[in-house]
Amino acid sequence: MSAAVSTDGRETGTALDIRGLTTTYGAVRALDDVSFAVPSGRITAVLGANGAGKTTLLRTISGLVPATSGTVALGSHDLSRTPAERMPGLGLAHVPEGRGVITEMTVEENLRLGGLGRRTGTEPVPLERVFDLFQVLGERRHGVAHQLSGGERQMLVIGRALMASPTVLLLDEPSLGLAPRIVAQILDLLGGLARDEGLTVLLVEQNARSALSVADRGVVLSLGRVVADESAATLAGDDQLRHAYLGF
Amino acid sequence: MQQLLSTTLTGLTLGMVYAAFALALVLIWRSTRIVNFAQAPMAMVTTLVALQVIDAGAPYWVGFLVALVSGLVLGAVVERVLVRPVEGKAEINAVILTLGLFIVLHAVAGLVFGNDYQSFPAPFGLSGFRVGDLNVALTGFGIFTIVIVLVVMAALAALFRFTDLGLRMRAAAFNPEVSRLLGVPVGRMLTIGWALAAVVGSLAGLLIAGGSLVYPSYMDSVVVFGFVAAVLGGLDSPVGAVVGGLLLGLALSYVSGYLGAQLVTLASLVILMLVLTLRPGGLFSSASARRV
Amino acid sequence: MATSSALPVRAWRRVWSGTGSRHLLLALLGLLAVIVYVEAASDFRNLQFAAFGYLGIAAGGLTVLTGLNGQLSLGHGAFMAIGAYTTALFLDDGSPVVPLLGVLVVATLVTVLAGALIGAAAARLHGPYIAGATLALAVGVPGIALHFSDTLGGEQGLGVVAPPVPVWLLDLDYFFTGRDLTPSRYLSYVVWVCLIVTFVLLANLSRSRVGRRWRAVRDDDVAAEVAGIHLGRARVSAFVVSTACAGLAGAVMALVVRLTAPGGYTLTLSLTLLTAVVLGGLGSLWGALIGAGLLSYLPQLATNVGESLGLDQTRAAELAPLVYGAVMIAVILLAPTGIAGAVRALRARRTARAERPPPQTTESTVQQGEMSR
Repeated sequence: MSAAVSTDGRETGTALDIRGLTTTYGAVRALDDVSFAVPSGRITAVLGANGAGKTTLLRTISGLVPATSGTVALGSHDLSRTPAERMPGLGLAHVPEGRGVITEMTVEENLRLGGLGRRTGTEPVPLERVFDLFQVLGERRHGVAHQLSGGERQMLVIGRALMASPTVLLLDEPSLGLAPRIVAQILDLLGGLARDEGLTVLLVEQNARSALSVADRGVVLSLGRVVADESAATLAGDDQLRHAYLGF
Repeated sequence: MQQLLSTTLTGLTLGMVYAAFALALVLIWRSTRIVNFAQAPMAMVTTLVALQVIDAGAPYWVGFLVALVSGLVLGAVVERVLVRPVEGKAEINAVILTLGLFIVLHAVAGLVFGNDYQSFPAPFGLSGFRVGDLNVALTGFGIFTIVIVLVVMAALAALFRFTDLGLRMRAAAFNPEVSRLLGVPVGRMLTIGWALAAVVGSLAGLLIAGGSLVYPSYMDSVVVFGFVAAVLGGLDSPVGAVVGGLLLGLALSYVSGYLGAQLVTLASLVILMLVLTLRPGGLFSSASARRV
Repeated sequence: MATSSALPVRAWRRVWSGTGSRHLLLALLGLLAVIVYVEAASDFRNLQFAAFGYLGIAAGGLTVLTGLNGQLSLGHGAFMAIGAYTTALFLDDGSPVVPLLGVLVVATLVTVLAGALIGAAAARLHGPYIAGATLALAVGVPGIALHFSDTLGGEQGLGVVAPPVPVWLLDLDYFFTGRDLTPSRYLSYVVWVCLIVTFVLLANLSRSRVGRRWRAVRDDDVAAEVAGIHLGRARVSAFVVSTACAGLAGAVMALVVRLTAPGGYTLTLSLTLLTAVVLGGLGSLWGALIGAGLLSYLPQLATNVGESLGLDQTRAAELAPLVYGAVMIAVILLAPTGIAGAVRALRARRTARAERPPPQTTESTVQQGEMSR
């Protein structure tokens, strides 16, 4: 495992090692030879314009889309050859774009479902832990999920992912359609989980400014290729890159 | 009065069977968006297998069990081998596939068991009882029918509501992609769903057969009734399927009793057309404008 | 229904002004082939040939509905029954009051009425719903004959006395062949002339504006609606045209079989027609014809094979459906291009074209169908 150095100077291992990952849809190369390392216990933001391949990257890592070539190493496992349904058992949780609440089920059933696929060898996470993080979910535990607001749904899917005791969390556009205050709350929570519990987060965001405010590293994709892989501070300070790819 | 009571009781009993069959269709529709028209010949084949076992000298209940178990196996095999490749494809493919299976199972039954009408035993009495002056058309077998369908429905409800397997199956049906991300083996859940549905279908086949005649096409009209009942209930709702089955059973029993037995299937078509025109989402849908 | 009444008129105009010359040439060649076969074959072979013909007419109608408009009907056997019973009511005593052509037209029209009724309701439906509704029709219609057994003959059915061969045709045939035209040959001619006329009309219709609308609705109903196509009207008109074919098929079937009984119009007949259409390749009239041919000659062959293998006759008769049911499943599993693939290929071509911006809307972007060849 290669070592990476984060902004605060702490040494850290590599949670996900992505090498030469290529995904094609027909003739279109959605991911083109993507390589970078995701440091463990840190938040890594994946940035880029619409269509840059951010969502495809997450879907390829978690096995929803087959990789054409390349590898994704999680410990000794090559995820590019692992079916999606085995990912939670290996400690990888993916919260998809559009949130993925199962709206026909109750809040509690959604959470229970998350716990069923928990990482191999871990103890069940009590529901109360999620209710401690997100009080509103506890108040509505028996309500059907389609009655939840957008922010509550985002809390539910993050809580559901945590029920599986993951080591790596892939998060796709958590800020989509949410009020800035709620976005800040959620990003804050992620920062806390990374800092205090060593959770590795790979965060795909359209909103580069707020993503870089919590992330340790930033990877910029453009047309399926990695154009920058820097510490978050460096990225935020690079005016040229910011203007060209991040739009702020 | 006498006739009205008899007709109503007969309708309720038949309605329970239609409800069971509709439930089998709904289970499959919810998870794979396929109406399994082959459900009828699948149930027919398992019932004829049971008849072989009973004719060979085994007790009725052994045959009963054999039918349910062969339904389980048949349902699983059909899903895994035939249906899996068309899942998520154009819906016309799946419909044609189930009809191809319909034809094949009919032919196989004709080849193996012959096309003759054969009588199927019933484990309980087939005559009604008297209360004072009234002949009550509720037979022992009728009571058995109602009780066992209720038991099966309660068992299914408990499975889906209280067990981890049921939770996984529901998740796989509602949102396959998210379910996979949560570690649910979606393919396996669909196989189990088809297997369970086939067991319920086989049960309906046994209940229709009891004390009556069986032959390769004896379930053909039941798949129509089951489908109409399921659409009455909204096609997506197990509870709706049960209520739809009971309502249809009653309605068809009155048609049969007061208009003529031969018009029953056509009456079910009229009911289907009315429902689809007036309330396409089923009788209990809040939004009647849902596109079907 | 009143809204779609102008449609047949427009459709007819299209048919006659359309690119019909190639189809007419093919029709003449076909007629020639039919004459050669009918005159050469025995009476028994001619009855078989006639059966091939009426299945072909119904399958042609079904392939237009399913292949061109994407609707599925499991009830075409029931529509054949309606045509057949209408014919039988006219021709049950051998003293016809209406000429044969008139009987065929009336039988077709009665079926069209039933088809419009079902079609109007079915137009709002798709996929499994329309399949279920037509399945109910297929299972339920024979019950009408049983219920009104005084008029419709119940289980025994109604006998049909085919009208005598017209004298001018007898003379004409004698002039060329030097022998009398037998009733079997005559019926063979009636069936196949009906088939040729039907197929020419269907082929022209599918090349016309109406056919293009049907395909547009099949490929993408939302886009078709945006482009100004009335979905309900397109679906109902396809359904009506298709049931007209089934009614005509039933009418000539009644003449050939000389008996119209519920046992002849079970669900099996409906499923057989669907099989013919699937085997032949959905949407292709040639395919429907080939499928119908297979289904009229294969059962005899399969039964013979079965009997030579030591099966009794009723069991040997199950071999044919076993084979074609299995082939139907195999077509869906192994050659998915048969249906979805063709649709997808059409869509891909259409979107490829849409990227070069053509000013016209749907009518021009929908590809020519498979039926023109």
